Amino acid sequence: MRHDHLIDTKQLSRQDIEDVLDRAAEIDADPAAFGDRHAGKLLGLLFYEPSTRTKMSFETSIKRLGGDIVDMGSVESSSVKKGESLADTTRVIEGYADALVLRHPSQGAAKMVSEFVDVPLLNAGDGAGHHPTQTLLDLYTIRENAGLDDLTIGIMGDLKYGRTVHSLAHALTNFDTRQHFISPGSLKLPRSVRYDLHEAGANVREHTDIEDVLPNLDVLYVTRIQRERFPDENEYRAVAGDYRIDLETLEGARDDLTIMHPLPRVDEIAPEVDETDHAKYFEQAHNGIPVRMALLDSMLEDQ
Amino acid sequence: MSDHELRVSKIRNGTVIDHIRAGQALNVLAILGIDGSDGEEVSVGMNVPSDRMGRKDIVKVEGKELSQNEVDVLSLIAPDASINIIREYEVAEKHRLERPEYVVGILSCPNSNCISTEDEPVDSKFEVLSDGVRCEYCETIIRDDLAAHISVK
Repeated sequence: MRHDHLIDTKQLSRQDIEDVLDRAAEIDADPAAFGDRHAGKLLGLLFYEPSTRTKMSFETSIKRLGGDIVDMGSVESSSVKKGESLADTTRVIEGYADALVLRHPSQGAAKMVSEFVDVPLLNAGDGAGHHPTQTLLDLYTIRENAGLDDLTIGIMGDLKYGRTVHSLAHALTNFDTRQHFISPGSLKLPRSVRYDLHEAGANVREHTDIEDVLPNLDVLYVTRIQRERFPDENEYRAVAGDYRIDLETLEGARDDLTIMHPLPRVDEIAPEVDETDHAKYFEQAHNGIPVRMALLDSMLEDQ
Repeated sequence: MSDHELRVSKIRNGTVIDHIRAGQALNVLAILGIDGSDGEEVSVGMNVPSDRMGRKDIVKVEGKELSQNEVDVLSLIAPDASINIIREYEVAEKHRLERPEYVVGILSCPNSNCISTEDEPVDSKFEVLSDGVRCEYCETIIRDDLAAHISVK
């Protein structure tokens, strides 16, 4: 991949994506062969909001490549508490590390930091904006289970604030896909994402009812509808119940439907679904390691 | 200059911004940071008849030439406007506005969760679309009432 920073998936071509996924497949096949590729390299972790999977998978990935981490730690214990700007903090830490990973609650944070630092920067989530490394592991999982062309995918849940959805929708425009977005009216895709999809000529439909589209899907990507988005608890409950996947819902699905979720889930996928062949979300989470190893390997090889 | 412009007042050296969409003159003054407190000599015509536009506004500012940033934002809220540079009571230069690719440091992002609204050392930056503008950081698109998002310094 020729980019110095990974801020969003709009910057990725089909070739860029395939290069990362191919390298991830190589790593998956023989992880030991990559064990000392980046001995001595340090990855700077700047997580301004809590994260379990993303942070741990970056830590694991760099260590499996022979490198190590320098971790800013929690915001409460850092100089951020003294009022230091994000721009200043990252300019200091780039002097300690060979690449940086940033998770921040504000949209556009990674884009801004990319204007200040020279070492490769990976956006690990910026508010309701983007989450490109999640998308790469999502695509890896989709490719393994359903292929990436002639694909009908349903993306369901909180489409307005769901950064994983925004990144995935952009990336899928590189492939021959039909994207069906399923959400309550108040959580539809934001105007900016619709604008980009329209500009890209994407094949997109929007729905409020999963049953309208479920029988046609190769992949169903489910995201959490966040309770805090609703001013009224009853309103949340009414909506959330309509976007829950259980065995009864799946009676209308194809046998080879792949169900994914970026996790954590709350109750949008019933535990009974875990035991079916549809459930790929834990496999999806595990794919974070080879995919992030591939990404780091690519970005660090010229450092 | 037309009779209507003369009716407002004639300036010796400065700028006449003509063919502003009716009702936008005060927003134009806001962009220019002119509120009269520094003793600026300003003439404003609002809702004056126009052959081309039906009704239009005109702003005349004595002793002031517009910066490129000011012209860029004017092009968003007053795309039909023309700028006349006046020297010794004559129109020395006449420019039509051209929409820029980006406007920097003039509009503020309406998304309170956008990094550009926080205490960081960056200016706001908006890409100019065919029918609005888009924040370069959080990608929020503004299509209506751009003038409401002008951050006057």
